[in-house]
Amino acid sequence: MAQYNLKINGQTYKADVEPDTPLLWVLRDSLGLVGTKYGCGIAQCGACTVHVNDSATRSCVMPVSAVGDSKVTTIEGLSEKGDHPVQQAWNEVDVPQCGYCQAGQIMTAAALLKRNAKPSDKQIENAMNGNLCRCGTYHRIREAVKVASTKTN
Amino acid sequence: MSNLTNTNRRDFMKLAATAGGGVLLGFHWRNADAKPAVLDAAAEAAAPSIEFNSYLAVAPDGKITIFSPNPEVGQGIKTAFPIVVAEELDVDWQQVHVAQAPLDTVKFQRQVAGGSGSIPHSWKRLRQAGATARQLFINTAAQRWGVAPEQCTTESGAVLLKGSKKKLTYGELAEEAAKMPTPTDVPLKDPKDFKLIGSSIRNVDNQDIITGKPLFGLDFTREGMLYAVVERPKAFGMKLKSVDSAAAKAVPGIVDVVTFDNSVAVVGKSTWQVMKARKALKIDYEKEAALESTSDHDRIFDELLNSDKNEVRRKEGDVDKAFKSAAKVVKSEYQCPFLSHAPMEPMNFFAHVRPDGAELIGPTQTPERAQGEAAKFLGIPKEKITVDMTRMGGGFGRRLAADFVMEAVKISALTKAPIKLIWSREDDMTGGDYRPAVKYRFEAALDDKGNMIGYKLRGAGINAGNPTRENNFPAGAVDNLLIDSAEHKSAITTGPWRAPITNFLAAAEQSFLDEVAQAAGKDPIQFRLELLEKAKTAPAGDVRYDVDRMIAVTKLAAEKSNWGKDKTKNQGFSLYYSHLSYVAQVGEVEMKAGKPELTKIIAAVDCGIVINQSGARQQVMGGVVDGFGHAMYGSLSFTDGVPDQSNFNKYRIIRMQEIPEVEVHFVDNGIDPTGLGEPALPPTGGAVANAFFKATGKRLYKQPFIEGLSGKVES
Ligand code: FES
Ligand code: FES
Repeated sequence: MAQYNLKINGQTYKADVEPDTPLLWVLRDSLGLVGTKYGCGIAQCGACTVHVNDSATRSCVMPVSAVGDSKVTTIEGLSEKGDHPVQQAWNEVDVPQCGYCQAGQIMTAAALLKRNAKPSDKQIENAMNGNLCRCGTYHRIREAVKVASTKTN
Repeated sequence: MSNLTNTNRRDFMKLAATAGGGVLLGFHWRNADAKPAVLDAAAEAAAPSIEFNSYLAVAPDGKITIFSPNPEVGQGIKTAFPIVVAEELDVDWQQVHVAQAPLDTVKFQRQVAGGSGSIPHSWKRLRQAGATARQLFINTAAQRWGVAPEQCTTESGAVLLKGSKKKLTYGELAEEAAKMPTPTDVPLKDPKDFKLIGSSIRNVDNQDIITGKPLFGLDFTREGMLYAVVERPKAFGMKLKSVDSAAAKAVPGIVDVVTFDNSVAVVGKSTWQVMKARKALKIDYEKEAALESTSDHDRIFDELLNSDKNEVRRKEGDVDKAFKSAAKVVKSEYQCPFLSHAPMEPMNFFAHVRPDGAELIGPTQTPERAQGEAAKFLGIPKEKITVDMTRMGGGFGRRLAADFVMEAVKISALTKAPIKLIWSREDDMTGGDYRPAVKYRFEAALDDKGNMIGYKLRGAGINAGNPTRENNFPAGAVDNLLIDSAEHKSAITTGPWRAPITNFLAAAEQSFLDEVAQAAGKDPIQFRLELLEKAKTAPAGDVRYDVDRMIAVTKLAAEKSNWGKDKTKNQGFSLYYSHLSYVAQVGEVEMKAGKPELTKIIAAVDCGIVINQSGARQQVMGGVVDGFGHAMYGSLSFTDGVPDQSNFNKYRIIRMQEIPEVEVHFVDNGIDPTGLGEPALPPTGGAVANAFFKATGKRLYKQPFIEGLSGKVES
């Protein structure tokens, strides 16, 4: 076990875990931040997507020991009131079906829009292709990313 | 699922006061042979068979809570049910707060998410619940004003006195209403006055979902709980021989290792620790049944299809004679592999078994089954076991089973600790309960005018039960028909997978009918319309589908797709009736750089009245994406009893770049609504295969289609 001071959502969290523990399980089990989901554990589904220094990262394959001083943002910290443009768009377009994949989808979309405020359809598809949605809400996800891009300017 | 619905009951309403002084309206029924009575609290206590199916509660401060008793698995029931109640209650949607009710077999009936059955089961009950409460508020206000109830009306959660400015909100009336007798025989709204039903209402959990609130089973935690993972035999057909758990127990954070059935559970302080420790288990297994490979199944299918010991499912006329006299015979075989349900949220459950009872919390499509199996295992009455349903991260039928619930129960019983059981994705994908692999042989006899005078279907499945649906179209439309089936019993476990059996049967049959139409020299839609006409005017035996509704969706799909008008489009048609809803689809394939690509699917859907446009549309789009994705890519194969795929790196789920455009059209016929969780999926594979045939001239006889399409169609 080792002590880690993690910078998550603008706060510092302490975690006492083994160094190889994936960030995903530190968030979920140690810190109670369960918005980040487990879907595959091998970087194939995107359910566990968080931002590490603003870029979309699969927390299921990132050992806590590799996080260091990086700034981590989870779905809980994406916005204070749940009104990030991507979150607003997700509600307006009524994207969620079961909803389980959506935190990861939102985090991927938010990272995309941060580096490319007006992505083309192709760019949206490329960025979102790593996120599985077993319910098949892809049409609405694509639409919601576009709606969000009109909100961010 | 129909066996879960007891129709031999009589409904009536029951009123009670809430602790907060408001009014609570329950929907009760009891066995028809019991004496119907307006129940008061004493009568209710004396009549244990009374059940509620839905509640709404109105607090004096005006807050309206509608309880949704059925498990939410992504089918949108937690939004749709309350819409129906709110419509008849005549309140604005903004006034409504929706809450998930726990399992309560006394208060509710059919707390199941499966078979697309919740809406048809509850439609009238929910409307009556809302309408009865509305009438109660009218009666209460009328009494206070000293007028006849007929002089009152309602709007936005308030009673109005016609021709005056007098108005009392339901909240203001709640305390008084709780003391009033429950109205009976309350009229329902005329559907043309519906305001909420038929509009677009967003998922009631949206805000919680998009902000990452703990909603799902996997998110549930309890002070002092321990995490558990279970190691199961790697191969179907193996059983546990011996376990050496010393190394696993030495891993930091591990509290216990327990063994039950063929399973070894590692229990500890965190998910990662138990997952790691599990790898340190040393387990010996021994063979207890055949260790089957996919190549064995291929051979077994052929044996079954050629055997003469099949179980006859339906027989009409004289098939042998029809085939002997036929001008043309068409014969084809279609095959599909096993599939994993692979819901995004893997199986998990919380169980706390105590000396005096048990508490179960988690994602289940059948809370009552979970309760029943736990009660049986623990040897305690069902009443001592509570079940709370969390939102489910998909299910697709996997959560109809209670195996994972029982694992949590057993581990908790053995360790005497509150247990949170977690399945990894690998556990989920290799853990069985699959969509069974099936192979069909179809034969059709055509007369010299191209009429289908004979039809044979033989289904062979691995643990598939009856892999046919013998009363589905074209049964009823062909004079000489024989449908039979055979089953191979395997150690590989199977279970219902979204639209059980029809998820592939429909694709196979709709492809075959396309072949028959081609052989008859007829347009595929015209060919089906002729068969439907026959089912209507000169049916061959029972017709268990509504022919007119079949025709209507067919025509709607033809119209919306401009069927056959644009010769540059490669269109394929498919039509299927399942789970009480009717769906026709047209797939369109374009050649792109010499490769065929499915670009669009047009779906015409008749599920009767559409309760929630937004939810219903997404159910169809999602069903089509699911049907297309699995038809194209889905495959779980075996080597010596071990699944060859164990995670999404090898088990291919459709991704955003692969989806076609999907267009959804609903038939507007005012018929009572039916479910949509499943019916959009079955026809998709057929529309896709037929469109690919149009483009390439090649039939796709085997799923996943990607194997038949790759490489060979460039020329
Ligand atoms: S859980 Fe991390 S990508 Fe699937
Ligand atoms: S909404 Fe269910 S997995 Fe995406």
